Amino acid sequence: MKFLVTVKRVTDYEAKIKLKADKSGIVTDGVNMIMNPFDEIAVEEALRQKEKHGGEVVVLSIGSSDSVAQLRSALAMGADRAILVKNDGELDANGVAKILQKIVEKEAPDVVLMGKQAIDDDNNQAAQMLAELLGWGQGTFANTITIDGGNATIVREADGGLETVKCSLPCVITADLRLNEPRYASLPGIMKAKKKPLDEVELSSLGLNTTLKVKVVGYEEPAAKQAGQKVPDVATLVHKLKTEAKAI
Amino acid sequence: MATHLIVAEHTGGKLVKATLAAVSAAQKVGGTIHAIVLGQGIGDVAAELAPFAATVHTAEHPGVKDRAAQPWAKVIADAATAIGATHVWAAATGAGKDLMPRVAIRLDAGMASDISAVVNDSTFKRPMWAGNITGTVAVSSATKVITVRPTEFAAPAAGAAGTIAAFAADPGASKMSFVSFDAVVSDRPALSDARVIVAGGRGLKGPEGFKTIVEPMADVLSAAIGASRAVCDAGWVPNDWQVGQTGKVVAPELYIAIGISGAIQHVAGMKGSKCIVAINKEPEAPIFQVADYGLVADLFKVCPELTEALKAAKA
Repeated sequence: MKFLVTVKRVTDYEAKIKLKADKSGIVTDGVNMIMNPFDEIAVEEALRQKEKHGGEVVVLSIGSSDSVAQLRSALAMGADRAILVKNDGELDANGVAKILQKIVEKEAPDVVLMGKQAIDDDNNQAAQMLAELLGWGQGTFANTITIDGGNATIVREADGGLETVKCSLPCVITADLRLNEPRYASLPGIMKAKKKPLDEVELSSLGLNTTLKVKVVGYEEPAAKQAGQKVPDVATLVHKLKTEAKAI
Repeated sequence: MATHLIVAEHTGGKLVKATLAAVSAAQKVGGTIHAIVLGQGIGDVAAELAPFAATVHTAEHPGVKDRAAQPWAKVIADAATAIGATHVWAAATGAGKDLMPRVAIRLDAGMASDISAVVNDSTFKRPMWAGNITGTVAVSSATKVITVRPTEFAAPAAGAAGTIAAFAADPGASKMSFVSFDAVVSDRPALSDARVIVAGGRGLKGPEGFKTIVEPMADVLSAAIGASRAVCDAGWVPNDWQVGQTGKVVAPELYIAIGISGAIQHVAGMKGSKCIVAINKEPEAPIFQVADYGLVADLFKVCPELTEALKAAKA
């Protein structure tokens, strides 16, 4: 069974995100970059499924050569090989999905595993778009994945409960927070990762039109909520809730 | 002139109210509003939507009886093409997020996810970086697909009932199917539409804290119960109690945060609440920066007092 897992280089979720002075984007100097946490869960899931079913785990990133660091992290966790589609320009989800489609057509995986969303742009689009381009089924926001007899059964985190869907293979699945807890890379894993194959593909060689359909034209800090008042005790709090805020 | 198609979400034969936020956003652009309801036996849902649309298209077909992204996306895209839609909208609920990107790429359309404001017919504002940054996005494709953050748009005004027309749905071949749904059963209001939410965090020290501190207060206020990501991950409370960027985004009239430090990702999910009360023994906790009323105290001491005082105030 072959798994293709996408890995995006993003700002650390613990980093304080600040706007540049000219508001053209966010400050990335000195900000730690990590593998998108939901992608890390997807890598972990692929490794566990491989332990069960055998096969291969291929990790894929789109970005500048800086993304090699995140691909190496995935290799250190245990992925078998990596592909980097080199691109320094801006992409929207439509462009990302088209690039992924090209790689999927070449690699022919049984399952594409992705994080449910990247924690930078929070778009939550590319996986579903990829599934549609391929004409495949999808299981988004996966909580549990069972692969059996040419099908994947996915328990999904849905509004108000858990939904189960069944997809024939191949399919696209996205990882939600509680799918698993990713392993730490071992020291031998990190050593081995340095020698694992990492192919680089130039975006221009894929012959795609990735002209932006969606462009971020402005960044701002959301209106800060006015910090309110401290109250000394319960009686004051209840009084203010009743008379001032009229909330009770 | 814009032509809008609103994708209705429904459950148990009733319209999911979040759908109306999409109507409200479309009204801000202006133009003709159509809506589409997919499923079987959906007459009541169509009737509920009729006051908000010129035409409600009903797509009844065994292939779309249960919601599944692949067959639904095809039918919605077909309908959008048939009416010449310039904008296709849905609520940014779990269902909308699952479904709408497929609709977008089928229409070769750009998509703006989870928008918080409409700037004009092709420009929208949306939270990025877990709500730390608001981005303005311009969508340049002829058709635009947009999902709308329900808490950011007030319910639209109802108009004269529009016509209800059958749409000949052809779901095509699907590689996926719905199997089952396991609803979380609760006597409390749902987080997403509760008027009051009492939420707990790590300060409660364990699942017992939710039982002895949070639940009695929620009972008095007929409130829904929320939680921080840390306590959901720790298994103290069910996953779907999580409020935050990775959980539910809520905006009740009153939000009481008990023993919650106020991590960025939690605040992103509740800062739209009308009145926020924070109770935490740590005076520097970031939750106090968004709270209207902060009480620096040992929650195990003051919360039972507060519950009693609220009971008395309500009596």
